[in-house]
Order: sequence, then C-alpha cells, then structure tokens
Amino acid sequence: MDHKKIGSLFIVLGLSSLLIGLFFGSIGGLQYILPPFLKEQLAFQKTRPLHVYLVINFIFSTASGCIYYFLPAASGRKLYSVKLGLVHFSLQAFILLIIVSFFFAGKFSGREYLEFPPWISLIILGSWILFMINFFKSIPFSFNHAPVYMWSWSTGLIFYFITMTEAHLWLLPYFNNNIVRDLTVQWKALGSMVGAWNMLVYGTSMFVMESISGDKTINKSKTAFFFYFLGLTNLMFNWGHHTYIVPSSHIVKDVSFIISMTELLIIGKIIYNFRKSYIEAKLKYHHLPFRLLSFADGWIFLNLVLSIIISVPAINLYTHGTHITVAHAMGATIGINTMLLLGSVFFILDEMNETMMERFKKYFGFAIVLLNISLLIFWASLIGSGIAKSMDMQEKNFFAVIMDHLKPYFTVFTGSGILVMIALFLILIPIFKTFIHFISTTKK
Amino acid sequence: MRKTGIFIVLFISYITYSAWVYTDGTDTASVMSLQEQAGKIIYQKNNCTSCHQLFGMGGFLGPELTTVISDKNRGPIYARTFLQYGGARMPNFHFSKEEVDDVIAFLQYVDQNASTYKNNK
Repeated sequence: MDHKKIGSLFIVLGLSSLLIGLFFGSIGGLQYILPPFLKEQLAFQKTRPLHVYLVINFIFSTASGCIYYFLPAASGRKLYSVKLGLVHFSLQAFILLIIVSFFFAGKFSGREYLEFPPWISLIILGSWILFMINFFKSIPFSFNHAPVYMWSWSTGLIFYFITMTEAHLWLLPYFNNNIVRDLTVQWKALGSMVGAWNMLVYGTSMFVMESISGDKTINKSKTAFFFYFLGLTNLMFNWGHHTYIVPSSHIVKDVSFIISMTELLIIGKIIYNFRKSYIEAKLKYHHLPFRLLSFADGWIFLNLVLSIIISVPAINLYTHGTHITVAHAMGATIGINTMLLLGSVFFILDEMNETMMERFKKYFGFAIVLLNISLLIFWASLIGSGIAKSMDMQEKNFFAVIMDHLKPYFTVFTGSGILVMIALFLILIPIFKTFIHFISTTKK
Repeated sequence: MRKTGIFIVLFISYITYSAWVYTDGTDTASVMSLQEQAGKIIYQKNNCTSCHQLFGMGGFLGPELTTVISDKNRGPIYARTFLQYGGARMPNFHFSKEEVDDVIAFLQYVDQNASTYKNNK
C-alpha cells in the first residue's frame, strides 16, 4: 500500500458517492413532478439529504484522494504515514455508511446540509485531524517559497475544520435560542465551508495545470497569489448573501455585497485567459484533463455572473427562496467542482493506464459533452423555474398554483438531471475498472 | 514573509468579524421560550427544512413558512391542519396535539422576528 493506492481508494469512494447521490437526486426530482411518489416510504425529507450528503461526500473524498495521490510529488517528500491515511479512509467510509443508514431511518439533526445527528460530526472532525497531521507532516515547514496550491490545500484543510466546528455552535443555547443568530451563524459557517472545499479542489487543479504545462513558475507568480488571497477573502467574508433577508445587522449585508463584487476581478481574469493558452504543446497527451478544465472555466464564468447578480440586495429580494439559489449551488457543485475533480482524475488515469485512455478517448469525449449539455439544460431550467416562481410570488398566488405553473420546468430539470446521471455513469464505469485494477495489482 | 503577513492580517480580521457576528451583529431577535424551543426541536428532528424555508433558506417542495402565522391567506389554522394530516406532498407525521402546539409556537416566534422579511414583501 502506498500514497497512490490510498488516493485511489478515496477517489473510488468519492465517485461511488456521486453516482448514488445522483440516483437519489433523480428520485427527488420525480417527487417534484409526481408528489405522491414514495411519499410515505422515502419522502423528500429523506431523498434530499441523501442526495446532498452523498454529492458533498463525493467532493471531499475525491479531493482528499487527489491530495493523497499528488502530495509527495508536490512536496518532494514521502507521505508521512500510509497507516494514518488508511485509518482516515476507513473512518470516511464508516461515516458514509452511518450517515446513509441514519437518513434511511429518518434520524436527523435537521440542520440544512448537515442533517445527520451532531455526534457523528465528532468522528468527522477526528478523521479530519488525521488528514491534517498526515498533510502537514508531509510538507516542508516553510511556506515562504511554497507554490500557491500548497497554500490552497492548507487553507482548505484548516478552514474546513474551523467551519465544521462553527456549524455546530447551535448546540449552545446562546446561539440556538435566538433565530437570527442561529441562522446567520449557520450560513456563515456553511458559506465559508464551501469556500474551504473549493480551496481543496482548486489547489488540486492548480497542481494538475502545472504538471500539464511543465511550467513551475505559474503557481509561484504574483497573479496566482493575488487570486488566492482574493479567494480567501471571499471565503471569510462573502457568505452574507445567503442571509440578506435575515434581520441581522445591515453591516453583514454591506460587507458581503462589497466582497462579492471583487469576484468581478476573477471574471475579468477568466476572459483574459480564454484569449491565451500557454499549454497547447502538451494538449495531445493530456487532451481530456485539459478539456474538462476548459469546461470548468466556462462554468466558473456562468456561476460567477449568477452569484454576482444574486449578491445585489435588490435582486436577491426576488431570487431568494427560488430555484435560482439551487442553480447557484448546483452549477458550482456539479459544473465547477465536478469538472475540476474529473480533470484531476483523468490526469491520474493518463498516468495509470495510457492505453485505456487512448482507446476510450472518443467515448469519454462524447460522454463529457453529453454531461455538459445536460447540465446546461438543467441549470437553465432551474433559473427559469426561479424567475417564474418569483413572478408568481409577486402576484401573491397560492403555493399550489405556483407549483402547478412550475411543472414544465420541474419536468425539464428532472429529465436533464437523469441525463446528467447517465452521462456520469458512462464516464465513471471505465474509470472504476481502472482504479480497482490499480488498487488490487500494484506492487509495494 | 509578506504572504504570511497578509494571511495573518486576514485571519485576525476574520476572527474579529466572527466575534462581532456572534454578538452585536445578531443581537436583534427575542430569546425563545421553552415551548418555542420544543417546537424548534420537532421542526429539526423531522427535517422540515428539506421542504420548507425560513427566511428563504431550506427546500422548495413545500411553502415558505417565515410568515405563515400572520399571513392572511394561511394563518395558524392552515398550519395546524397540515401538521395534523399532511398534504398532497407532505407525509402525515402523526404529531400529537402537544407537538403541533409546540411547532405552531415556534413558527409564531419566527413570524414575530421577521421584521426585515415583512418590510421587503
């Protein structure tokens, strides 16, 4: 067993979570179109947390897997402890099983996105400490000359721990018994937690981009660090747009709005990058990772535009409580993070089994295009549904009437959601085979 | 060294801002009574947030509940009926009368603290 095998185990766990999570997401979608569907046996009250948790687990597990896989190459040192990595993996798999079982049994904490009973979080935090020990003991002590992905990974690890702890402050009566404080702190923690996992995912992609281009100066440049610190500032202070409608101090809203607008700089940078590509020479070899990273660029652009629009308080007033918020979350989760993580996974596969990648090149190319087209339809239908709902709400229509009006949008998002699942299934099956073969046959 | 300095300044700002959010920044609601707390526990244990929203946060399969009590078209009787019998999309949770009272009390509390929400409507 070595760091690559541990990384592969995490990646297989993450990708399996994604497929199962999409399955429950499809059931949830069907429950929008056919309200009585499994209403008593597996109500939306269960399918939603199953879907959400499994997809989030995909991001964490796959990102952790990629970090384990790349860390020795990135740091120039051996992984501190393979055994610790194995214990971390076993805990992660155990947590997944427990949480899914609790959701099926209808045992909830009722906290959005962290619906499992709070004591499970102690195991999650414990396993995360093991990951942090392994990571920080495997990298050089000084950060002064470290590339930006090392900063990004370190920040993601530390802030996940902080925000996961912060998300449990509701257990203290001081927070729990004041609805404004409770909701504000909950969304402060969750908003920053998303920033933390983005740091893990983006760090991985930055390492992959450096490896594809062969240019080690990219990740030590002033521009790279400028955008890292911009991302960190957004992680810390750009959560308030979730809580514009909560009657907390107006300063929370003002800070969030100002910070949100700095994202315009990131958009400017993306447009600039579209105009110049410095890695064409290696495209032939790393064709698919590059393609996925390019799709991710497109998704980052679309989602930043959406997130900036909904950060404007006057617009947020109409979009909050509609599926536009879901489009914001889904676009970021599937559009950006999935493309980036799959890009990293394909980069690993290029190294693992070049022949298979060459043989399946057209097949993967087709499935990736299908995934992105389905996702674009899915995303657009959520925005359409949000706009239609907002208009209905202005007319003060009854909820049942609004839901009836939205049925065509629900049908499109469920149908395209199922297509997203099929496309990912097509992509992941050969990947699973390659990883499982690698895990079971590589020598020490 | 400069990078570490920027990180430390940002981190201290984050800690300071968090402390302010935990205290003065959110000191704008009344404190829940015991019955309202009991209602909140029931709301959470049954994962109502997966379908319903409070202050725009939560799922979208069911209606937003922030002002369900003071809403002229809905009100406490509307809420009580759904809590007791379920609906086309909502399962019957078989709540006791006491549990229904607790959830209604919690929703009443949320409604009373929804000043921004009401002003924006």
